Amino acid sequence: MTVPALPELTPVPELAPVTAVENYLTDDMSLRSWLFTLDHKRIGILFIITLTLFFFIGGAAAALIRIDLIDPAGLAPPALYNRMFTAHGILMVWFFLLPIIPAGLGNFVLPLMIGAHDVAFPRLNLMSWYILAISGGLAFAAIFIGGLDTGWTFYEPFTADFTNGHVIMALAAVFLSGFSSISTGLNFIVTTHRLRAPGMTWYRLPVFVWTIYATSVIFVLATPVLAATLLMSAVQRFLHVGVFDPALGGDPILFQHLFWFYSHPAVYIMILPGMGVVSELIPCFARKPLFGYEFVVWSSIGLAIIGFLVWGHHMFVAGISVYSALVFSMMSFFVAVPSAIKVFNWTATLHDGWISFDAPMLYALGFVILFTIGGLTGLFVATLGFDEYVHDTYFVIAHFHYIMVGGMVSAFFGGLHYWWPKMTGRLYNEWWARIAALLIFFGFNLTFFPQFILGYLGMPRRLYAYPPEWQFWNVLSSAGAAVLAVAYALPLFYLGWSLFRGERAGPNPWGATGLEWQTPSPPPKHNFETTPIVTRGPYQYTPEPIPQNA
Amino acid sequence: MAETSSAPEPEIQYASLAHQGETAEIGIWAFLSTEILFFGGMFLVYALYRQAFPIGFAEGSKDTKFIIGTVNLFILLTSSFTMAWAVELAGTEARRALTVLLLVTAALGLIFIGLKGFEYYEDVWIDHDFPGIIFPMSKPDARANELFWLLYWMLTGLHAVHLSIGVGLVLTFAHRAWRGAYIRYGKPIEILGYYWTFVDLMWVVLWTLIYLPGRNI
Repeated sequence: MTVPALPELTPVPELAPVTAVENYLTDDMSLRSWLFTLDHKRIGILFIITLTLFFFIGGAAAALIRIDLIDPAGLAPPALYNRMFTAHGILMVWFFLLPIIPAGLGNFVLPLMIGAHDVAFPRLNLMSWYILAISGGLAFAAIFIGGLDTGWTFYEPFTADFTNGHVIMALAAVFLSGFSSISTGLNFIVTTHRLRAPGMTWYRLPVFVWTIYATSVIFVLATPVLAATLLMSAVQRFLHVGVFDPALGGDPILFQHLFWFYSHPAVYIMILPGMGVVSELIPCFARKPLFGYEFVVWSSIGLAIIGFLVWGHHMFVAGISVYSALVFSMMSFFVAVPSAIKVFNWTATLHDGWISFDAPMLYALGFVILFTIGGLTGLFVATLGFDEYVHDTYFVIAHFHYIMVGGMVSAFFGGLHYWWPKMTGRLYNEWWARIAALLIFFGFNLTFFPQFILGYLGMPRRLYAYPPEWQFWNVLSSAGAAVLAVAYALPLFYLGWSLFRGERAGPNPWGATGLEWQTPSPPPKHNFETTPIVTRGPYQYTPEPIPQNA
Repeated sequence: MAETSSAPEPEIQYASLAHQGETAEIGIWAFLSTEILFFGGMFLVYALYRQAFPIGFAEGSKDTKFIIGTVNLFILLTSSFTMAWAVELAGTEARRALTVLLLVTAALGLIFIGLKGFEYYEDVWIDHDFPGIIFPMSKPDARANELFWLLYWMLTGLHAVHLSIGVGLVLTFAHRAWRGAYIRYGKPIEILGYYWTFVDLMWVVLWTLIYLPGRNI
């Protein structure tokens, strides 16, 4: 298919070359100017730094899990093991995966992409970061002073009656972090509606903006339900009154319904922005327009909507009626349709493209492969009969890690590398970046593919010990985790090095379309000297190599 | 006053003040949608448990202070009237009237909070209706009754928090109104009005959920 030929009108006016122009980094170098900044670009950087910190803490907890499981008897004390997987889940879900692409990369590039001078509500944006930093600190404190062992799902009645960790503190942290999600989501919805540059119609928006928009709708509509639920959970534990505790007249299944009403859409918060990033990377590095732009756009919105209708598939064995289970199972199958549309469209974009394997592209291709595996195994667990068998086993763990880590974290790294020259004005070492990308892909598969097999063999999740015949696969998985740990640490070094010694980047090192590349690297304080006027759709690439030294 | 009565400059990201105002309007609607789902989660829990334990909820509701709750309903409805009037006057020269209306709105809000505090006092110290801390298990259908009271405290407590924030905002805006900040640009008062009316509306819903069940037994 060819993309409808859009009239080749005058492009955005050429901007001044990057000389000694004041940019958003050099405008005011004081710490105070960073802590009180209202600039979306700086707030994005603050988010990325903070969330990366939580990522490594959550990763350390995962490392302890994998170390424990090297030995069938478990190397760590069981109580510590339980606290580690809880810490891993809470930190990774709420303090890394949910906010990293929307609040981190999105904050930086979304206003640039739509030709805005900032987000709609800059103070709210800064508040969002403070709330996240404080709530993350609170969660870390709860874990540090002794932790909790509820798992990230806080299932009842365990959370109410049977655990003695710092549950209320952790609940408070997650509750609080929701305000950050809502603030950021609200800001992006309003920004996308109201601050698009002249000529930037909805169908000229990059897919990244669409996916962040869809994500933001989920943030705004789902997060408050979690807040209400966790508040009731905390009050119940504090006052010993049964909202969800069956011993006191409550209904534990109701907790699961409410929790997953938020947390299933939240899963789409943890993948949609990744899809957005990949939809930017693949056209750029295949030098082709995105195949079927409208389909990719509407499949994103479709995912956000269907995401609200499938929460029951987390509860197939929790005691819901078989009829509602059937409906939830069927709805879950529908998720495959928009997901497949995206995968096919990315593949079709690659077809006949002028593909270059720069580091961001390696991450994007890794994303497509890993997301496809994660998505297809999602169909397995959406099937009632099969789910009864693998529910609460490592099969489920492997499935959602393929989506969240294989998908989302790969996409984050891809986006980080892609926009790094824009953020910092520096180029990183391409070879190290490619090695890291390949190592992440290899280490990830080594870690998680054995877990599919373990799950199929019946190894339950959340247990610190297992029968010795499963040791081989567990050791493989732990070895993979070691590779992954090195691979995740690598970018810290070469990206850090590039900050100080990296070659200066031009405004558009990838020869990419998109307004964010029409402004100097790093961008000036208010993004554009004059508000750009948009005359064409996104991804107007021509099949030729990336121009050098653009 | 003269120096602040000119129209303020729009923020850098907006093309004009009108653009900024319309954007704020979308913002408050998005915010209210998130608020509705926040209360909505608890309404769902209330609805399910009232369905499951109709007697306990009716018995619990019978002990609520109907008179105070209803007087408060009329107070808040009146405050929404003064708030709506204030929105009408925002963006006009009627600086003094705007300030007075905002102060009346805040005062009505404070009266609500005062009456609510008195009601809380009676709930705890006279009737011992505080689940988990002090609650007579001799009451009919005590567990469900207690659940009703838990939801009562959470819902009205959250409402009171919202209203207190509202009073603080209205007072702040009244101070600015007195200094003439809304003569040329009244949109902030309108946005405030949305929030205030939402809090009022929540009380209408809460009033029916809390004070009405079980009045006929």
